Amino acid sequence: MVSVLHPQHPDITNDMWNEIDEVIDGRRSQPGSVIAVLRECQAIVGYLPVELIDHIATGLNLSKSRVFGVVSFYSLFSLKPKGRHTVKCCIGTACYVKGIKETLSRIQNEYKLEEGGTTEDRRFSLMSVRCLGACGLAPVMVIDDDVHGDVKPDKVDAILEQYA
Amino acid sequence: MAKTTLEDLKRIKENTSARVESKNAKSLLICGGTGCHATGSIPVKEMLIEEIANRGLNDQYNIIETGCNGFCAMGPILVVHPDGVFYEKVSKKNIEEIVEKHLVNGEIVEKCLYKDPVSKKRIPLQDDIPFFAHQMPRVLRNKGLINPESIDEYIARDGYQGAHKALTGMPPEEIIEQVKISGMRGRGGAGFPTGVKWDFAGKSEGSVKYVLCNADEGDPGAFMDRSILEADPHAVIEGMIIAAKAINASQGYIYARTEYPLAIRRLQTAIDHAREYGLLGDDIFGSGFSFDIDIYQGAGAFVCGEETALMRSIEGKRGMPRPRPPFPAQKGLWEKPTILNNVETLANIPQIILNGGEWYAAVGTETSKGTKVFAVSGDVNNIGLVEVPMGTSLRTIIFDIGGGIPGKRKFKAVQLGGPSGGCIPEQHLDTPVDYEEIAKVGAIMGSGGVIVMDEDTCMVDMARFFMDFIQEESCGKCTPCREGTRRLLQILDKICDGRGKPEDLDALEELSAVIKDAALCGLGQTAPNPVLSTIRYFKDEYLAHINEKRCPAKRCVALLKFEIDPELCQQCGLCSKRCPAGAISWEKKKPAVIDKEKCTKCMTCFSVCRYDAIF
Repeated sequence: MVSVLHPQHPDITNDMWNEIDEVIDGRRSQPGSVIAVLRECQAIVGYLPVELIDHIATGLNLSKSRVFGVVSFYSLFSLKPKGRHTVKCCIGTACYVKGIKETLSRIQNEYKLEEGGTTEDRRFSLMSVRCLGACGLAPVMVIDDDVHGDVKPDKVDAILEQYA
Repeated sequence: MAKTTLEDLKRIKENTSARVESKNAKSLLICGGTGCHATGSIPVKEMLIEEIANRGLNDQYNIIETGCNGFCAMGPILVVHPDGVFYEKVSKKNIEEIVEKHLVNGEIVEKCLYKDPVSKKRIPLQDDIPFFAHQMPRVLRNKGLINPESIDEYIARDGYQGAHKALTGMPPEEIIEQVKISGMRGRGGAGFPTGVKWDFAGKSEGSVKYVLCNADEGDPGAFMDRSILEADPHAVIEGMIIAAKAINASQGYIYARTEYPLAIRRLQTAIDHAREYGLLGDDIFGSGFSFDIDIYQGAGAFVCGEETALMRSIEGKRGMPRPRPPFPAQKGLWEKPTILNNVETLANIPQIILNGGEWYAAVGTETSKGTKVFAVSGDVNNIGLVEVPMGTSLRTIIFDIGGGIPGKRKFKAVQLGGPSGGCIPEQHLDTPVDYEEIAKVGAIMGSGGVIVMDEDTCMVDMARFFMDFIQEESCGKCTPCREGTRRLLQILDKICDGRGKPEDLDALEELSAVIKDAALCGLGQTAPNPVLSTIRYFKDEYLAHINEKRCPAKRCVALLKFEIDPELCQQCGLCSKRCPAGAISWEKKKPAVIDKEKCTKCMTCFSVCRYDAIF
């Protein structure tokens, strides 16, 4: 393994840097692996700060612009820190027809949250996502890994309160 | 385990078939699809295991977690064999009763049975429920029946026999010929004949070729690929092996949506088992043919469902389409000849090879053969997956199988083909599902999402919704799509906000025509369809928004006054109780009043008012 100096970043601990290097080393020889590397690194840190993107680019021997271009293209990747819980509202057609718009605006109003934003206390991040394929449960909201079905606006409070 | 042979397949089938031909065996099939997991099927299963053990029934019943049953809105689903009694929305509370009454005493538990929305009668057997009775399961033949994490159960349902036949007894030309005879057309949406595609790739020069499976099911409202992967992952793997033999490829990739974690997990398990059995890897069935598959996870970009964009994405680049030709069959992934087929297409292949192309082509219409899986959702009673022969009418799908519209509301339109599709109104409901017929009425077959909308849906708002989707997912490479869809959205936003002008309709149509002609890939070329089809069939709604500043379906917030009609108000007070902002005052025997200062326009009152009194 080539030893690389790690940049300083408040959200990335030394242990995280070591894990990140393992990911990069394991995938370096695999063509086209940059998306997988970014995914795994985001899972470690929670988001992709610019310093981390630079580090990945160096590690995979790609230009920084090439890696940044990939990050900005795919909606999975986030350049901003996320809240402790990610609330994803499905805005697929079935959920839309069944009224996710009202559910979404209830969350936005009550938690002072913009789409793509995070509450001040970093408790929740709100995202809208395209169809989750759980149309039978529409309208659907996913918090972290839990799928909540039939989320009418007045159920929102009770559901979100379960996540501290 | 050593290399699997035909004898092994037969032996495994013999040993396992007693379990899967479960009409005769005692099995408890609990649905383990994404939908049922979300409604709590895992704790129900654990409870069931515990209860069965308590009663000492372990030896008598097999408890199987199956893949998606397909009747997603009714989860958690439990089917009890022999007989096939269908229990819906089973909770932990019901388990004790089902075990005590049904398994011990042989009495059916009435209250957990499916209730027909029209006749209000309870129907005990799965096969008698109209949702299942009208279907013709081919690609879904194993759903809700086998354990998707058991390769033996797949083999017991004739699994890998098609691959054996193709690898040991059929030259590539013959495989391609059978697929051509079957009339199979790409189930991902475009409907290109699969056999022709394979033929091109087979004839392309090159020692390295690839078989790709498109499991990037991005169309909102389509979930058949997810269900197939969750319920029957080996069928897709077997289809890919046969495709690989047909074009002489040695490596395959499955490009799967990252939003489908369960499907990816089951697929990986299936690949591992297939490798263990020597059904993937070197010298499969001792035929000298080698092939392996890896899963590649997407990263959330709708355009990556387009074939050239998908290949760029696997290469680790921004997933942008490129002009064709050269077609992927000549220059695809890493510039090598490549075929890309959809999950549903590939899952059909093993049976086409096993039973012959003519068997497959025996059902369907002149130009569209076989069956198609539709994902029926929206304002319809029976939400779930429906597999019917091509040529079945939309009315049959929505009313006979789907059970019609809930409540007393009326049908308004059905949206077919995802964001590239169109909205079909009542007068065209007898259109048979067939690639050409659907196109004639202004929609496309697409991947098979059928979203039913009732009279409370605003069609202008729907067009705006799809355009919002498209312009956000447009990759930005070509100007017509990048700029054109944004302008379309701006005009639609304006109309929904009450700032529309009569000339906007012409502008929408003109812009749509240009985008259709000039966009680079399928995403852009079909992007105006939702706008054009809603203008075609629901022009009066556009005119109400533009001329009268009125939204007939009461969905466009900017056009609503948030006032209560004292004549219509029945003074029930429900709106006041539910208003999250405390903006509605109400006293007994007086109509409610909305304080506009406090109102956040959240629409809760509109959705709870049963008397249509708020406007």
